[in-house]
Amino acid sequence: MALQENTFSQARSGRMIVTICLGVVFGMAGLSYASVPLYKLFCQVTGYGGTTQTADIAPDVILDREMTIRFDANTTRGLAWEFEPGHGPMTVKVGETNLAYYQAHNPTDKPITGMAIFNVTPQEAGYYFTKIECFCFTEQTLAPGETVDMPVSFFIDPEIAEEPNLDSVKTITLSYTFYPKEHTVASAGN
Amino acid sequence: MAGQAAHGEHEDHPTGWRRYVYSTNHKDIGTMYLIFAIVAGIVGGALSVGMRMELQEPGMQIFSNPHTFNVFTTAHGLIMIFFMVMPAMIGGYGNWFVPLMIGAPDMAFPRMNNISFWLLPSAFALLILSLFFEGPAGNYGVGGGWTVYAPLSTSGQPGPAMDFAILALHIAGASSILGAINFITTILNMRAPGMTLHKMPLFVWSVLVTAFLLLLSLPVLAGGITMLLTDRNFGTSFFDPAGGGDPILFQHLFWFFGHPEVYILILPGFGIVSQVISTFSRKPVFGYLGMAYAMVAIGVVGFVVWAHHMYTVGLDVDTQAYFVAATMVIAVPTGVKIFSWIATMWGGSLEFRAPMLFAIGFIFLFTLGGVTGVVLSNAGVDRSYHDTYYVVAHFHYVLSLGAVFAIFSAWYYWFPKMFGYMYSETIAKVHFWMMFIGVNMLFMPMHFLGRAGMPRRYVDYPEAFAGWNMVASYGSYLSAFSVFIFLGCVAHAFAKKEKASANPWGEGANTLEWTLSSPPPFHQFSDLPRIEEDASH
Repeated sequence: MALQENTFSQARSGRMIVTICLGVVFGMAGLSYASVPLYKLFCQVTGYGGTTQTADIAPDVILDREMTIRFDANTTRGLAWEFEPGHGPMTVKVGETNLAYYQAHNPTDKPITGMAIFNVTPQEAGYYFTKIECFCFTEQTLAPGETVDMPVSFFIDPEIAEEPNLDSVKTITLSYTFYPKEHTVASAGN
Repeated sequence: MAGQAAHGEHEDHPTGWRRYVYSTNHKDIGTMYLIFAIVAGIVGGALSVGMRMELQEPGMQIFSNPHTFNVFTTAHGLIMIFFMVMPAMIGGYGNWFVPLMIGAPDMAFPRMNNISFWLLPSAFALLILSLFFEGPAGNYGVGGGWTVYAPLSTSGQPGPAMDFAILALHIAGASSILGAINFITTILNMRAPGMTLHKMPLFVWSVLVTAFLLLLSLPVLAGGITMLLTDRNFGTSFFDPAGGGDPILFQHLFWFFGHPEVYILILPGFGIVSQVISTFSRKPVFGYLGMAYAMVAIGVVGFVVWAHHMYTVGLDVDTQAYFVAATMVIAVPTGVKIFSWIATMWGGSLEFRAPMLFAIGFIFLFTLGGVTGVVLSNAGVDRSYHDTYYVVAHFHYVLSLGAVFAIFSAWYYWFPKMFGYMYSETIAKVHFWMMFIGVNMLFMPMHFLGRAGMPRRYVDYPEAFAGWNMVASYGSYLSAFSVFIFLGCVAHAFAKKEKASANPWGEGANTLEWTLSSPPPFHQFSDLPRIEEDASH
């Protein structure tokens, strides 16, 4: 009798342990998917991986610290654009709002839509590199043979002065890569 | 009910192929796991000998296609991790000895145990199949390394080979998760009266911690590689920047699994070595509680150090500093274990049988690998060592030498118990010495090559690296030859059929499995053993 009772309670607590274990398994699998939006949020908040920031208004302080901004332009395979910076490096003051532009040309006879992704190097500077307006905020469509100037208006956040790890940074490289939007690739292929 | 009441020794003892294919017996399933691990180990080892033959001299010797070399490294890594070390340590010895050591009649869910095992050969078959399907255009197999980083594993290898490998990992992972649930339930629920958690043998502790690590980490791998699969086949873009994804996210997910995974591979080895050292020193393990909780600490801290595999992806300085510090902290509980093993031997009545030689070899080699691990944990140093042969040397010292030496130690320690025959001590010692010299010849020079800057995962190298590569290749042939001696030792024992007594190791072997006959009866402990108050470990 005692043995049977023992087996009975064992079976019950066995089910309990299995339920908890399965809960852990599905919880962790769920967390791995939850990490996708969390990671994106994390990058935006911390500037992790050179993710730049956005702002509506310019800062009211301009520091007496100069930085060189270099511009880099890339397109991926499958996007037949010619895309390059519109000018060489710029020397800017921390806190002042600047305007730079890139040039894109569509040499094909089809309209093509692209979307730019971006980051800055050194990646730690991403948190302080702030854009007010940028062509990368929206999709860009180029008509056949069209050439356009694509502007980006940005400033270096004066808070950068309070980050000792960036004291030695004199140059920031802003990089864009244009990707084709899927549907236009398909129609361009036709 | 009547049938169940009439429990006899001979009842419910199927024979022939049914005994194994339909098996619900933890000992038979353990044996099948061990045989599977030996077979997979030979396949994985053969792949590595192929790599060493290629690297013996500069230039292209046996591989005409560099991709094929990468397929070999990838398959070697995946097979050794998922189909050799894990099945041997957890499935094999865990299944065999966890129920015996805690005084339980079997595992908590014997039929789930059966499916855990049989999922594994199917996963292995999928992985082997992947070698024969197209990976990158015009090439066969997966060449992305065992880490299968995106985008090489997504847009880099569009063929179906990668999908086969991903599904193999899914199924092997499901097998391990089911096994882990089974172990946790068995250990928490089925201990004999008096066997409190703090009296459990350290091997059982190690399997318990390992099972929790499996439960927490494998679902993350499953999630990550499912994202790979949908990125490849269903148009999602988790890791594709063009669609707003980030390939670095895959590295985070992978290493959140991958780092606990390396502790999954080594922790049961810690348990095994504790049993063996205690037995052949005729002393209880020094600092039992410290040993048990050191494993718990290693398991917990193992979850918060993953980014030390990713120092070069552009983490900021503060993040790197955290991961450096957290990684170095792991050396503390690991040091507790090393010192406790040495303290167990200190003043003990030592007997250098083959299992003890392998256990001492484990301590020596694992410590060496641990020291290079502390070197690599420095983000600054890692800048130059990342993806060089120094890393290859480091993880082979802790895994290929550490984990595998623990597996062989357990093999000789429990061979008489599992199969009822004594092995030949002479052949086993020849096996040990040949393997010890072989693996050191193989991996020690890799430290020098890595410091000189030789990168991993290349089929060829400049003339300057030739000397040590040749030494390493000869070491690999010697290690491979020692595997034949191991197989010969097994064949010899089964041919000679020298009966083993219930406890061939004397008074040092005081865990419950030695109270049973060798081999143990098909069903044991129908009368549960009682553990006295002062039972030592």
